Parts: sequence; C-alpha cells; structure tokens
Amino acid sequence: MAEQTVIEAVRQTMFAEMRRDSSVIVLGEDVGSRGGVFLATDGLIDEFGENRVIDTPLAESSICGVAIGAAVNGLRPIAEIQFADFIWPAINQLVGEASKVRYGTNGVKTAPMTVRVPYGGGVRGGLYHSQSIEVLFAHTPGLSVVAPATPYDAKGLLASAIRTDDPVIVLEHKRTYRLVKGEVPAEDYTIPIGKAEIKRHGTDLTIFTYGLMLHYSLQATEMAAAIGIDVEVLDLRTLRPLDEESIAESASRTGKALIVQEDTPAVSISSEVAAIIGERCFFDLDGPITRLGPPEIPPMPFSPIQEAEFMPSPEKILTAIKKLAEI
Amino acid sequence: MSATVNQSTNSTEQLSGERLVDLYRTMVLSRYLDERVWLLNRQGKAAIAASAQGHEAAQVACIEASDPSKDHYLIYYRQFTAMIALGTEPEEMLRGFLAKEADPMSAARQFPLHGAHPRVDLFNFSNVIATQLPQAAGVALADKINGSDAVTFVYFGDGASSQGDTHEAMNFAGVHKLPVIFFCENNRYAISVPQEKQMGIESLASRAAGYGFPGVQVDGTDVVAVHEATQAAVERARTGGGPTLIEASVERLLPHTTDDDHTRYRSEQDILQMSERDPITILSDLLKRRDLLTESEDAEIHTSAKNRVNVATDTVDAESYPGIESMFDDVTDGSVQGGNS
Repeated sequence: MAEQTVIEAVRQTMFAEMRRDSSVIVLGEDVGSRGGVFLATDGLIDEFGENRVIDTPLAESSICGVAIGAAVNGLRPIAEIQFADFIWPAINQLVGEASKVRYGTNGVKTAPMTVRVPYGGGVRGGLYHSQSIEVLFAHTPGLSVVAPATPYDAKGLLASAIRTDDPVIVLEHKRTYRLVKGEVPAEDYTIPIGKAEIKRHGTDLTIFTYGLMLHYSLQATEMAAAIGIDVEVLDLRTLRPLDEESIAESASRTGKALIVQEDTPAVSISSEVAAIIGERCFFDLDGPITRLGPPEIPPMPFSPIQEAEFMPSPEKILTAIKKLAEI
Repeated sequence: MSATVNQSTNSTEQLSGERLVDLYRTMVLSRYLDERVWLLNRQGKAAIAASAQGHEAAQVACIEASDPSKDHYLIYYRQFTAMIALGTEPEEMLRGFLAKEADPMSAARQFPLHGAHPRVDLFNFSNVIATQLPQAAGVALADKINGSDAVTFVYFGDGASSQGDTHEAMNFAGVHKLPVIFFCENNRYAISVPQEKQMGIESLASRAAGYGFPGVQVDGTDVVAVHEATQAAVERARTGGGPTLIEASVERLLPHTTDDDHTRYRSEQDILQMSERDPITILSDLLKRRDLLTESEDAEIHTSAKNRVNVATDTVDAESYPGIESMFDDVTDGSVQGGNS
C-alpha cells in the first residue's frame, strides 16, 4: 500500500473515476492546464482532454448551474469551487436548486453531481481564503456533505460522492492537503456516505470532530494519554446525514462528550451533534456536553498571531479534555 | 444598438395552412383552460396561477420548430401553452393547479408547471427566476460532449434578464458554442416593474452581441414570425453553430399571477391597448383572411375547446389529493436523511 497526501488521494481518485466512467467530467476555474490552484486536477486534461476537463469562466453560480444541467442530462460532473469562500454566489444553484431536483420532480430527475470545495483555515488565508462553509449545506435536506480528513477517507468518500445519484458537497480541508499523509490502497473502494468512524478508541470521554480538527484532536489525545486520560475520537466524516447511531453509541459508552470544530460554534455542526447527544444520551452522560470552537468573529484574521488565537489547537483541546475529564 | 435581423435558412419549412389551424386550435384550448384555472383560483380550488394569455402564439410557434422526441425544454412558470403544445392533456394540467395526487409533474409537491414532464424532456425545478439558464447550458454541454444533435430550449421573461445567472449562462454558452436557444418572452413587466426600469436598452436581443451569438427580436404575437426565427435558431444549434437569443415581444394580458392586480401599476389606456395585441384574435383574423378558417369552423374550435375544458375540470375536480405518506419520499436516493425518527 502506498502512502499518499490528501491532495494526491483526491487527484488519483478523479483519475480512477474518469477512467472507470466516461460520463464523469471535471469543471471549474483553472482546472485545465493549470491543474487547479492546489493541483488537485493536475494532469487530468492531458489524459481526458478539454471535453471532459473544462476550464470555466470565473463564475461560481454557473459552474454549479451547468453541473446541475449536465448531471440531469446524463453526465456525472465534478465541479471544483476554487476556495470555499467563493461558493456563496452558487448557493442558490446548490441549496435552492440541486438539493430539490429529485424531490421537486417526484423522483423523475436526479442530479448526480459532486462539488469539491477546499475549505478551512490555518493557512494565512485571511477572511476570504479560510472560511468553513459546511453549515448552510448541512442544513439542507437533499444535499449530502462529506468532510474527509485522511487520504484513505478522501478516496473512499470522493468515489462515493461521484457514484451517488444525488448532489454531494465534498469538503477538503486545505491544511490537510499536504500536511496529512496516510496509506491508500490502490484497489477500488468506497466509504458509505453517512458513516462516522472511531479514529481512536478510548473510555473516559469522546471527542466528536471532523476535518483538520480530527488531527489536532488526535494529537491532544496522545498528550491526554500521557496524563492518564483515555480519550475516544469519533471522526464524523459525513456532516449530512450525521451518523446519529455512532454519535449516540460513543457518547453513551464514554458518558462525556467534547465536540471540537474549526467553524464558529453558534448554530453549527457542533450544535447539531450536541442536540443529538442531548436527545439520545441524556441519562448516560456524567458531564456537560462541551463544545470547543473559535470565537464568534468573522473567520479568520490574516495576522499570524490572531489567526493562531482563532484556531483551536491541540493544546486548547487538551485543556478542554482535562476540564471535562475531571468533572 | 438594434437586434440583428433573423436570417431564415433555406432548409426551414414554412408552416402549412393546415398546421396553422392546428396551432390556432392549441392556442384556443390553452386560452379556455387558462381562463378556467383563473376561475378555479377564485373558487378557492387553485391556490396560484400564472396566466399565459397573450403569450400563446410565441409558445406554440417555438415548440412547433422543435423536436419533442429529443429536444430539451427548461420552462418557466408562464409556459402554460407550451405545455399543451407538447401534448400535455388538460386533465394533466389541472392536476397540477389543483394539487391532485396524479399531478404528473411533481405529484403536487411543487407549484403548477413545476417538476418534470412524464413524456418529453421538459422540466422546471424552481420558482427562483433565471436559475434554469445555467442549467440549460449544462444540459446542452452534455449533448455537445455526447455528440447528440438535440437542442436545449430555455424560456424566461424579461424579468429574468436582469439576473446574474442569465449573464453567466449566456457567457458560458457563447464560449462553448452550445446548442441552446435562449427564448425570452418579453411582456415588458417584471410583475409591476416596466422595461424602462429594468434595462437601459430597447431590445434584449441586442445583448446577444456581448456573448458572441445572434440575437433576434420578433413579434411574439405572430406565429409565423416566431416559427421562422426559431427554425433558424434550431438549424444553427443542430449544426454546431451555437446559441441564439430570441426575444419574442408579447403582451401579458392578465396580472402577473392570480395574486396580483395590474391596475395598481398599469394605466387604463395601457391595459386597453394591449388587448389589441391578443395573439388569438390576430391569428384568427389571419386564418380568415387567408381563407384557412371559416366563421363556423372557428366557432366549432371554440366550442370544442370549451367542452374539453369542462370535461377535464369535472374529471380532475373529483380526483383525490395525495396522502401524507409520499411527502417523505425522494429527498435523496435513501429518502429522508438523518432526523430523529
């Protein structure tokens, strides 16, 4: 098994899916000769040509609107939004339109499309290259939202997204692209949308997290282990639909829930996870459901000092672990 | 800048007299059904309706130039006559307006005329203006990639022309020379906002120049003119010539919808004047001038349409509404996602 970065897993998966299925196309800004600004699509145009790897005008709404139309008419488009921060002009085509294609046509039409979205901060991206945009999409019935954090999960979830007959938003944390490496089997596999995974087994409390924060949380658990606290880490992986069974099972078993996210906490994924645990695990809990996230300011300052203060870190997570474990 | 004049190609066929009468028949049926829907709204049975009265000629003539066996139609909410021209039965139309279980477009999940047609590739996902234009570019892109010679028709009003999606769609279609026809039914009003407050130009068709394809302005009450313009656009699209923007100038004879009152923003004189451009009267006069229709045949067409609408109304009125079970289906492949059930 070869070790790959997240970005390499994403790129190789697109190669594999485009070879496997001639209806898969890629469209987005700079995805052709440039290979995408993160090089996720590097080389695709050489193998598959301009017909299947389409450099679009700089216009996000039509990138997604065109993807819907192409999907409805038999293709399986992968639309790339260059930075998550730029997705807002396409909100109407995704939240308003794509999500309701199946429902609004009584199941006659479907939009088998994938939207790949590099998101997240800690990369000196300032206010407009750092945003977490998952909440609005995860709030929308009819959309699926996945946020793989490892190369293995990136391959399996991207393959699932492409093969699913409904729209899927694939959130790829920019910081993980080259930071995170892992084993990726060469053979074909998929990971079901809607399944969380325990990335570290533990008994004292559970961290519920996703994206870059998975890795920071895993680092924090090693520090916690050194002082005798055994922490479980559940990687949500899919943000809609959330894997309620796995969330409730782990929270009930450890009795303590710490939800860690990079997105601002108000009305967010952590709110929803907390609600699920509150509703389903109330009598099994022996501590308050705890959330750790950044302050409620626009994500996130360009200043390195302020950016570091904004981002949750392994140290901040450790502090939260200790506080909750001691209750 | 004025719109380019439509260049008719030699390969296009003129409408036969017989066919003109057929189109007239469709328009009359549409008119009676349209009036009936309005009445059903006033009776509290149809929650909402947008009338196509005044748009009938543009819609039948455009559809007449298309090939329903392979073409795609992304309609908007005022495409009542186009639906009938594509073979939608009056019963099927009424099921949508009355939100009956058997509504073939969306099983009453959506407003009338929204959803997907059971037989032709016609769909209308949304009430949000102009979202269908980029989608149409995508449909046409798939055909181009797959080597199909199908044409994608996308319909919109003058109001939609102000949306960013319209610009993005035309720009994308121009870049890729897509087989798409942008068919604008310009009735000069976006609900209450008149054309002069929507744009600083006389003709929407002139915008096509900015996207690198032809724009044609045509009298949308003239069946023959609309048919010719559409035929030329279809010919271009099918043979790799790329998109065309057709602006059909029409009148909106009724308010925007059953919830609107156009006397609040249109002058009495304006309302009176536009009735002179009623496409049904115009076509009826033309057919009679050309000896294609007698008074008694015309009367028979009207009677037959009225009867057809009466039968359909009685049938659909008695049909059942959907139960609550079906509202949970078709959210995704796995139906309802998550939830606490």
